[in-house]
Amino acid sequence: MPQGNEPLINELRERSAGSAYTPELDTRAQPVEALLPEALLRRTPLQLPEVSEPGLVRHYTRLSQRNFCVDANFYPLGSCTMKYNPRVSEKLARLRGFQLVHPYQSEETVQGVLQILHEAERCLAAVTGMDAVSLQPAAGAHGELTGILLIAAYHRDRNENRRKVLIPDSAHGTNPASCALCGYEVETIRSNSHGQIDLDQLRAKLDSSVAALMVTNPNTLGIFEERIVEIADAVHKAGAQLYMDGANLNALVGIARPGDFGVDVVHLNLHKTFATPHGSGGPGAGPVAVKAHLEQYLPVPIVRAEGSRYVLDYDLPKSVGKVRCFYGNCPVILRAYVYLRLLGWEGLRTAAENAVLNANYLLSKVRQLGLPYEGPRLHEFVLSLESLRPFGVKAYDVAKRLLDLGFHPPTMNFPLIVKEALMIEPTETESKATLDAFAEALLRVVEEARTSPDLLKTAPHHLPVRRLDEVKAARALRLRW
Amino acid sequence: MDYIPNSPGEREAMLRAIGKSSVEELFSSIPASIRARPPAGLRPAASELEIAREIAELGTVNTSLEESVSFLGAGCYDHYVPAVVDELFARGELWTGYTPYQAEASQGTLQLLFEYQSMICDLFAMEVTNASMYDGASALAEALLMAERIKPGGKLLLSSAIHPEYLQVARTYFARSATALEEVATQDGVTSLEDLARRIDQSTSAVAVASPNFFGSIEEMAEISRLVKRAGALLIAVVNPISLALLAPPGEYDADIAVAEGQCLGNYPSFGGGCFGILATKQAFVRQLPGRIVGETVDAEGRRTFCLTVQTREQHIRRERATSNICTNHTLHALRAGAYLAALGAGGLRKVAYASLAKAHYACDQIVKIGGFAKKFSKPFFNEFVIATPFDAAEIEAEMLDRAIFPGVNLGRFKKEWANSLLVCVTEKRTRWEIEEFVRCLKGMSLSSMS
Repeated sequence: MPQGNEPLINELRERSAGSAYTPELDTRAQPVEALLPEALLRRTPLQLPEVSEPGLVRHYTRLSQRNFCVDANFYPLGSCTMKYNPRVSEKLARLRGFQLVHPYQSEETVQGVLQILHEAERCLAAVTGMDAVSLQPAAGAHGELTGILLIAAYHRDRNENRRKVLIPDSAHGTNPASCALCGYEVETIRSNSHGQIDLDQLRAKLDSSVAALMVTNPNTLGIFEERIVEIADAVHKAGAQLYMDGANLNALVGIARPGDFGVDVVHLNLHKTFATPHGSGGPGAGPVAVKAHLEQYLPVPIVRAEGSRYVLDYDLPKSVGKVRCFYGNCPVILRAYVYLRLLGWEGLRTAAENAVLNANYLLSKVRQLGLPYEGPRLHEFVLSLESLRPFGVKAYDVAKRLLDLGFHPPTMNFPLIVKEALMIEPTETESKATLDAFAEALLRVVEEARTSPDLLKTAPHHLPVRRLDEVKAARALRLRW
Repeated sequence: MDYIPNSPGEREAMLRAIGKSSVEELFSSIPASIRARPPAGLRPAASELEIAREIAELGTVNTSLEESVSFLGAGCYDHYVPAVVDELFARGELWTGYTPYQAEASQGTLQLLFEYQSMICDLFAMEVTNASMYDGASALAEALLMAERIKPGGKLLLSSAIHPEYLQVARTYFARSATALEEVATQDGVTSLEDLARRIDQSTSAVAVASPNFFGSIEEMAEISRLVKRAGALLIAVVNPISLALLAPPGEYDADIAVAEGQCLGNYPSFGGGCFGILATKQAFVRQLPGRIVGETVDAEGRRTFCLTVQTREQHIRRERATSNICTNHTLHALRAGAYLAALGAGGLRKVAYASLAKAHYACDQIVKIGGFAKKFSKPFFNEFVIATPFDAAEIEAEMLDRAIFPGVNLGRFKKEWANSLLVCVTEKRTRWEIEEFVRCLKGMSLSSMS
């Protein structure tokens, strides 16, 4: 990685040829003031960077080299499923016939893209065992918002006023945040000693005020909720709905389907399970899949096949409405569809099997560091580094030191029920050699924590920058040049 | 096709190492009763060549904007994307990275986001912005939620000249809220100041107005701002970023929150999938912002560095008390916008904006000259305008399909009473010849309808 500072782009001050991208006007040139009243015009000088194209390319290239990325590094981020992103999906997503298509073109001119959307919906319904899918949500949390709104619409339609959503204490932070956004109270369900939902406690809390239980399965500890069928029964008996956060679906594809274990709504993260890139923080996509009784509430429009023709159906009187403009993150959906077609059911199953094998193999090499909760793990596991407390070393320090060794650290300090948590998800696209090297690195860092803790507390040492002062960033806010 | 590096031999070795005889044993925690059988509806796996052929074929079934002359806009714009933007983002270091939580290993993304935020603040004349939202519509919904946090308890007024899908999204987000969303009437294609004055009161939390609005008309934002401020409410402006090269930016008329669809900046229409939301505000409200924010700091050696900051607002820390549930946003699209703005510079952006403005006015003049077609509203416009058509705009769409002209958005798709209205958008990509060809076609239709 390159050392030293890269200037900010506005510090370059080169000769810009930025107006050469646009042709000279071929219609009559008139001053702006002749076309628009002066009172409406910009007075503030427009300041944008002035940089040549060679300068721009060098700046972006140099900066890109200061990033870790899946293409270059192992990213065992728990619940993030940082798997390899197939190149063919990228290539196909860039075809002009998909990129240069406007959302308000007439349906007969977009039959290709509508067919892909429709088939992607059907594939995802088949993979999850659900009846209908909306591809519109832009990300996982957006899928949660949509899913909870569907549940709200369902209860409202039945004249039921339910104000609470139950969420296990191991859940992703987006779960309670999404419920709060939809005006629900959040009540936490404790995990039992097996790291699973405490069924007795759940039963005690299930009453007519509960709209839904939100589960993640396998949960964020990588543990399958073994009593999921009983959980679903209890939820349904109380008149509530079972929502599943599909962030961890990579453990289940081709193995078990949420629709077969009682789930009413599940959101999927196409940028996790279905191998679309994370893009340094999006765009992803968070489709929601539902059972038939919730289909009528899905966001509009739905893509329908009418004979050999595909149409956008807006005629859903009970729809929750729209959750975003247009129809969804189509390039992301296309990538996921390509992945689904390349792998098929058997390929998805192989992916899940290898993801789980990789996780269990890696776990066997580092288990001695501290594994809270018993029982089998699927695609991920959570270590507790509490044993390093006497040395003044935190999970955070271990993470920073792992960077020195070329590994992106696991998810830190999550789930909240594990102290000094490191949440590790290797995915199926990593080799045994990589897992061996990572295990060795993690063991080495933990050994260093005991022998030379300062090495960790001041890490990283070999990156383009040393440890950042994040407290200063939050106190002396400087958010622009 | 799969992407698994381990050979069967390595898998065997791994199983042996963990004391299992088969992979199946690893799934013992999943009850047999719920194990899945291959479902109908999924086709068998296929080779890359087969799938690539099939998808490419489906791509050609679409009529792309390259194969047509498009006057479509309405929130999604076909501006030219310089080749350099595409090439920069072919780098895996940018598109296969994760959200930059690990700042030391993400200085590239973080600095580029800081630069993006800075450019947006300059363009919008606003003090702070975040590192992107999903799209313009959800950004408006989040801005309304933000306004509610800043000034709780009041109603929210939305101009009915805002994009209908944005209004729909706002209503969806507020479906379970006690807060009232009220629409302000439109007159002559702009927000009615009379109706706004009638509806606004001391209990109003915020007023949202788009300019240019859905009909392309530029609102009198300075006047609206005075009205809104007098009532003590917050002003939310929905803008078109490219227009801001020429038009007064939200900061000039004291908008408290500005939102925009950012797709027009270096991202493709992609059937509406090239979106990202921009949300900017005043420094005073920074802790009410949803989403991720990048800030400058120093590393242990005092070097200038960048990291995600003010994270205590966010869901992964604050859970149900977070300012928003947003986690993954649309970073890559925002980064593309940054590269687009930097490539063009102020002069280049002004040229794009001016060409769009001038050509849209040329097109409008020519269409009105045909006779039978009128400009529906009298207010100034930027790059799009509504034409009142002598017959159903759907007929124009159908007629022009043969010539591969997309004549604009038939507003009848949104409301029946708008059936004879065509929202025509012109960007710098349209040539004079293409505009004239479009006008000739309209003229032909007009003549044949009279005969």
